Amino acid sequence: MSDQSIAFVRHETLPPSPPPASETGIVKWMRENLFSSVTNSILTLAALYTVYSILSGSMPWILGGIWQAPSLQACREILAGDSAGCFAVLTERWHQLIFGFKYPQEAYWRPTLAFVLLIVAVAPVLFANLPRRMLILTGLYPFIGFWLIWGGTIMAPLMGLVGFIVAYIVFQRLERSSFAMGVLGGLVAAIIVWTLGGYVSDAMSGFLALEQIPSRDMGGFMLNIILGTVCVSLSLPIGILLALGRQSNMPIIKIICVVFIEFIRGVPLITLLFVANVVLAYFLPPGTTFDLILRVIIMITMFSSAYIAEVIRGGLAALPRGQYEAGDSLGLDYAQSMRLIILPQALKISIPGIVNVAVGLFKDTTLVSVISMFDLVGMIRGPILASTEWNGVYWELFGFASLLFFIICYGISQYSQWLERQLATDHR
Amino acid sequence: MTSINDPKPESFQLSQLMNDTRYRSYTFQFIALIVLFFLVGYLYLNLVENLRTAGLDISYEFLGEPAGYDINQRLVEYNSQSSHWRASVVGVLNTLLVAFVGCILATIFGVTAGVLRLSNNWIVAKLMAVYVEIFRNVPVLIWILIINAIFLIALPQPKAFKSRGGNPPEAEMLWDSFAFTGRGIYAPKPVFETGSWVVVAVFILSIIGVFAYRRYAKFALYNHGRDLPRGWPSIAILFVPAILAYFVMGSPIGLEYPQLKGFNFKGGIWARGSFVALTFALAIYTGAFIAENVRAGILAISKGQTEAAAALGIRPGRIMSLVILPQALRVIIPPMISNFLNLTKNSSLAIAVGYMDITGTLGGITLNQTGRAIEAILLLMAFYLAISLGISAIMNVYNNSIKLKER
Repeated sequence: MSDQSIAFVRHETLPPSPPPASETGIVKWMRENLFSSVTNSILTLAALYTVYSILSGSMPWILGGIWQAPSLQACREILAGDSAGCFAVLTERWHQLIFGFKYPQEAYWRPTLAFVLLIVAVAPVLFANLPRRMLILTGLYPFIGFWLIWGGTIMAPLMGLVGFIVAYIVFQRLERSSFAMGVLGGLVAAIIVWTLGGYVSDAMSGFLALEQIPSRDMGGFMLNIILGTVCVSLSLPIGILLALGRQSNMPIIKIICVVFIEFIRGVPLITLLFVANVVLAYFLPPGTTFDLILRVIIMITMFSSAYIAEVIRGGLAALPRGQYEAGDSLGLDYAQSMRLIILPQALKISIPGIVNVAVGLFKDTTLVSVISMFDLVGMIRGPILASTEWNGVYWELFGFASLLFFIICYGISQYSQWLERQLATDHR
Repeated sequence: MTSINDPKPESFQLSQLMNDTRYRSYTFQFIALIVLFFLVGYLYLNLVENLRTAGLDISYEFLGEPAGYDINQRLVEYNSQSSHWRASVVGVLNTLLVAFVGCILATIFGVTAGVLRLSNNWIVAKLMAVYVEIFRNVPVLIWILIINAIFLIALPQPKAFKSRGGNPPEAEMLWDSFAFTGRGIYAPKPVFETGSWVVVAVFILSIIGVFAYRRYAKFALYNHGRDLPRGWPSIAILFVPAILAYFVMGSPIGLEYPQLKGFNFKGGIWARGSFVALTFALAIYTGAFIAENVRAGILAISKGQTEAAAALGIRPGRIMSLVILPQALRVIIPPMISNFLNLTKNSSLAIAVGYMDITGTLGGITLNQTGRAIEAILLLMAFYLAISLGISAIMNVYNNSIKLKER
């Protein structure tokens, strides 16, 4: 027995060694996501080069931009041959870009306030966890917004509001006998109140009056927002009615709805705007003068209601047949089963589609510049680019317009995706 | 003795029209019809009255009168003495040209971006996401104007390609054959001389040959188990005979290069700046939407399909072409067609860049010259409606043919 034969026995455990460098952290991530194969490596390098060339081309141009100058000429003098953006046009013409060139200066606070209130009014509709009491403001907003932007006495929108309230009360009274009677009664009541209200507001035209601003003075980005909000909110109820009509089993009503929807969806918005511009006046009683913005609102509302109707029809068709049969078996009539069972579910599934239509419509409001209305794009193409001071400042202006639209449209579409996740109550 | 009397037949009461579900739908439809009738009648009477006060009538005779304006891009013969009808035809063809080229480009952009957005390469996927979001969220009119401005301002005018007094010119042509100028893109034009038909015929025959070969390869694989190569023989069949014929016939197809004559280029193919800007803007905008459809279509195929195919031992490339794509196409194609339709309708924005499509001719200059607003816009709408409904009809047939056949 010699002590050389005693085997070596380790008494303590080895500390764990760190994983190889290529299997951890950023190196692993890069190896897996950027350089996993030869093709991928080439693609990565090409993409990096693209990003680099875009950034190296645009960043100095953006960061070195001039923000204060009275005209392009002065701007170029400050730059002294350097290539950089002349963003002074944005600060110099800011009010024109936002409010148009005719809206009175001293009244700028009104659309601004209306815009802030719009956000507050829309918030409880968008986010269900806000206090429900805020919906009161949402209900009042159309009248406040109208009063702020167009001005005049507060009696006119107030009478409009009273008309709706009276109509609602009458509807509730008569609804017990029949839904159709309720709607009819409400309509008659509203028309009576509005006619009387017209006299009242004429008589009290000085009461709490803001300076009246004709709608042809609206312009700039404000016009885009007005057209977008008004047309989307008007087209929702019309779209629901059209969708129900198209799904109904009454052949004549169905045909009317189908023809309307397919006709509107088949022609470009531009032709409808041409109709608003030159043709619509022929179909109105002689002597009536509708201003252009109102005619455009009518046509865009028709346009978007046809698209919204198709989205809602998709929602109606996606509901299982059993839901309709459940409504029938409970003894509900058509109006009740639609209001209580079908529409709440169908509208819920069609929300993402409706938001898509709304975003598309908001983008399409720029087309009014083609019929020489001065919205944001119209302002840029018309008064600003044609002026002697700023002739030739394309990139800054169009970049600004793109940025405004991008922020709003991207925000809305992100919201719709968030909402879709919130509403996904089926656990898959 | 009891006897059961038949219940007396109900006499019809007026209130049943409202309260009895058997008749109520007739009442509603009748009311709807009356309302529609009065609405249309009211509009029609207004129209007649308005036309009478304005001293106008509805007539399409203006279509036969000489138009008296020039159209810069025309695919058929046209001059300022031609009729308004002829001008409209030129406009229609220009619209269809933009729509056709735009749809092809949009498909290329969209499919590339959609597939690359699903790539496992992080930076490429993010880059494509940025492309899609930027183009989807900015109005197409702004894109058209921006890209048109690139042509107007950023690109050099043709005279910049001239070398003056020994100085090198400010701008150079790409490979001496392509010139990107503010007036548009100039490219070489193929010139067909005598004998060129042989080359064309050989090429067409080779295309047929490729299909025949691939059929044969399939037949050999299924019936005899021989896996013939498909890639390189197809390419060889496609190009070798045509190239041989080309040299045998003594190079009958030449290229006419654009040449700088004076202050402008002559010869070659000239794609007008407004045309290129419009087409490119529409294509890249619609491409962003198509990319989303393609991505959604591929994601809609459950992962189990890929795994099942892999379990059967199919190679990754063939999994894509034999298992995923045929199923994904069923999801991708219907929205893609409606995007093509949107592109066609959006091409009416040509009016913003001065490209003379149907909206620019019939709905623009003709309308303004003749003052026939109602007729011109009616024809304009009818044209777009015909295209839309035609494509929808084809779509329905297609959808029925690819529907999953379930028992």
